[in-house]
Amino acid sequence: MKASNHLWNQALEAEMPPSLAKEIEAFEQEIALKKAGKLDDKVFAETRLRRGAYGQRYDNGHRHDGKQSRTLPFPSDGLTKGPHTLWDAPGMQRIKIPFGGVNAAQLETMADVAEEYSVGVAHVTTRQDFQLHYIHIEDTPALMRRLAAVGITTREACGNTVRNVTACPLAGVCHDEVFDVTPYAQALAGFLLGHPDCQNFGRKFKIAFSGCSDKPCALVRIHDLGAVAATREVDGETRRGFALYVGGGLGTVPYQAKLMEEFLPEEELLPTAQAIARVFTRLGEKRNRNAARLKFLVAKLGIDEFRRLVAEERKTLAEDPAWTAYIPGAHAHTEQPVRPPGLVQIGAESSEEYRRWLQSNVHRQRQSGYAAVTLTLPLGDITSDQLRAVARICRTYVRETARTTVEQNIVLRWVSESGLPQLHDELSALGLAEPCAGSIVDITACPGTDTCKLGIASSRGLAAELRSRLAERNGATDAIVRGLRVKISGCFNSCGQHHIADVGFYGVSRNRQGYTVPHFQVLLGGQWSNNAGSYGLAIGAVPSKRVPEVLDRITNYYLEKRTSGEDFHSFVRRIGKGEFKTLIEDLSEVLPYAAAPELFTDWGDPREFTLGDLGVGECAGEVVSPVEFQLAACEREAFEAQLHLEQSDPVRAAQTAYASMLHAAQALLEFKLGSSPEDADESVHAFRRHYYDTQVFFDPFAQGKFADYFFAAHAQRDDSPDHEQARRLVEECQLFLEAAHSCHARLLVNRT
Amino acid sequence: MRSLDHFNVKIFAQPAPQFDLAQAVPVFHRWIQESARPELLIDVADYRHVQAGPGVLLVGHEANYSLDNRAARLGLLYNRKLASEDSLPAKLEQAFGAALGACAALEAEPAFGGKLRFNAGEAEILINDRLLAPNTAAAVASLLPELRAFLDHLYGVSAYTAESGGAPGERLCVAVKTAEQRPVAWALERLRRA
Repeated sequence: MKASNHLWNQALEAEMPPSLAKEIEAFEQEIALKKAGKLDDKVFAETRLRRGAYGQRYDNGHRHDGKQSRTLPFPSDGLTKGPHTLWDAPGMQRIKIPFGGVNAAQLETMADVAEEYSVGVAHVTTRQDFQLHYIHIEDTPALMRRLAAVGITTREACGNTVRNVTACPLAGVCHDEVFDVTPYAQALAGFLLGHPDCQNFGRKFKIAFSGCSDKPCALVRIHDLGAVAATREVDGETRRGFALYVGGGLGTVPYQAKLMEEFLPEEELLPTAQAIARVFTRLGEKRNRNAARLKFLVAKLGIDEFRRLVAEERKTLAEDPAWTAYIPGAHAHTEQPVRPPGLVQIGAESSEEYRRWLQSNVHRQRQSGYAAVTLTLPLGDITSDQLRAVARICRTYVRETARTTVEQNIVLRWVSESGLPQLHDELSALGLAEPCAGSIVDITACPGTDTCKLGIASSRGLAAELRSRLAERNGATDAIVRGLRVKISGCFNSCGQHHIADVGFYGVSRNRQGYTVPHFQVLLGGQWSNNAGSYGLAIGAVPSKRVPEVLDRITNYYLEKRTSGEDFHSFVRRIGKGEFKTLIEDLSEVLPYAAAPELFTDWGDPREFTLGDLGVGECAGEVVSPVEFQLAACEREAFEAQLHLEQSDPVRAAQTAYASMLHAAQALLEFKLGSSPEDADESVHAFRRHYYDTQVFFDPFAQGKFADYFFAAHAQRDDSPDHEQARRLVEECQLFLEAAHSCHARLLVNRT
Repeated sequence: MRSLDHFNVKIFAQPAPQFDLAQAVPVFHRWIQESARPELLIDVADYRHVQAGPGVLLVGHEANYSLDNRAARLGLLYNRKLASEDSLPAKLEQAFGAALGACAALEAEPAFGGKLRFNAGEAEILINDRLLAPNTAAAVASLLPELRAFLDHLYGVSAYTAESGGAPGERLCVAVKTAEQRPVAWALERLRRA
């Protein structure tokens, strides 16, 4: 803990908005109360989460060092900052950046706090936040005060709250937008921050704004609440409003948001959001956090009933001047450039690097003579020195109009085109001009096993490896392949947004030859465009170390077989997942340890792979269990279900997915009891008794969620699902199988 | 000036074009397995993908060690994170001792094949607390007597230069340099005698 911590309050008193100062002081008192043993663990955990202070890997005081699981003897002396979370263990601080808007002073402060409290690197997330890692909990109030002094809050950055409100980073300068959504995103973020109607959710609540319906910049359809700018002519006057979507979300099983209002007048935006929050508070699940997101409520009630309930709730709200006070300002909202407009110059002396950068990283604005420039941040990371340099560049070129993006980059808007060559030179010197924005090189990845407690495989390690390989040949890569999106998550939770990539990956593990081997599930069929228009499905798991080959094969196949002008999404649909599975089938093989020891470690981590850091023991026996073969058969069934889905046969897809889950459950029963009932009802009953009630099947973090999928599938096995319901069941089936693999690995450990 | 606890010591490496920083990752992991440093070692973080950044980092509780590449100059950086009641010269002695000890271990590391060598005669002391030690001439002036008290012991009186600089918003940094390169073993021996 820094000696200066307690001095920052006084030093910054005049600069902090009083509301934020009070909020931080309250948190500081809660820290003191916790240290004095006067605050419950769970209460403190939620209160720190609501301030963005998150846990980090190994904070339970255990780490597998590659040979054995060892205790990390933090000097916490029994003090914890939440259940199983040691006080002195480093944590993560999430920092909200509404609509990604950040100015030069804020960038400089971010640089300073990253340097003094973290490791000199800030990380941009897939929701336009910043994150700092390796932070001590007692440093957080000082860090928060320094951010508050430049207008940044961490309040409600985590926890069951309204999270960062995101928006298209090109809002206000985009050719396609209906109008600039920036002031609306800002107004809604401010209105809901700390709002009494948003303090009792069962789960987090995410909001996004987009200026148009077909571009992906804001990914509206993966959000709990998504607003797409729209206008309507009323009495000869153009009125602003929004198409309002609700109930979307990725997570383990993704849901597409449903259209709730085709046109919601702008003055109704805030009250409607408030009414939605109240309905969510009142009717949303509270006890089972695995079914507590708004998407479950909307799916359960149906969009029509949900719409009706919101309309009813809206009528009960007392008028609030804040609902509309911002609107005149929103209409008047403009940004001013710092330099006059210019024209881009490409002369004979222009380097190839510069030309490529112009092509990939520079976006001509709607305003003639200006461009928006993307600074590509490898793995979303930027150093303190780079942040300070970007702040200086902001002041020189763009009057501080920078935005973070959901692809983990930073965009500078209002760059006079005549300044582009000079800006390119400056960014090149900083290592921020890699000509790959929005390309296959510009890979999105969540923190994964680097720092996340839930990570199974190294998403960042894999991303770094793929990035390095692809960057080497980026210039030579076919343009159509260069435009593909790759997104990686370290587990099924989808923080890396793997469902909406052209090629997505998420971390899993497989028990092979007595070892636990890091794998990634390969997903195809996701769609980044149309505001994340469709979600990909898994076609099979491959060892982590073979993922680069998988990507090469898939992209080469695309190049070879695509028809003229055929985009990747259409190509996948035409070819079918079965053919892709065959294409990569041989790469799923795990060679014997002696022949390929590298398969048994993860990218960027020389330790023999383990799930031990998830709180599960390792060192499985040498005998290959028959369950592995049975689970492999179940995986084939699950894949068949996908093929039925692809052939527009949702009923058969659902039946096959259910059968796959049932067979996996029976395999586990055989393993435990020596035999399994053949009858489905009896199997479900036995599975509940031996695996669910005993919590043997429980995931360390998701608990009984995956077993619940199975029980629900059994209960609904005679239904006739529509395509979306069947798609969800196929996804749930895959997750149930992953959980079965993990459960089996744990059981093997206990047997040895 | 209040007691300073949080500072970085960076011992610069000699130019090592053949050295691949990736090799540090397994070495630091092994250090954790072997509890090879006095601090509680937690994990390894690889930041090679950012330009002129922290390089490869060994995260600890009391301090972090890193093969740091800030300003595109490789060196061993020791980031002291905990407070203590000791005097500043004593804290500096602890930090330099830890940093030089790590340098010696890295130089002897078989995996590096002798490709990594440090010049103990070139170091930076970065004060990691802008409030207690802003990068101002006054702060530098108040800090220098205690810094010199330690540096005189380590390098010898008038055997080094100590300069500060950088923009006001940057951390207070004192760059120390001896006229000749100094081996790590030489500096460790000087510390022992001191």
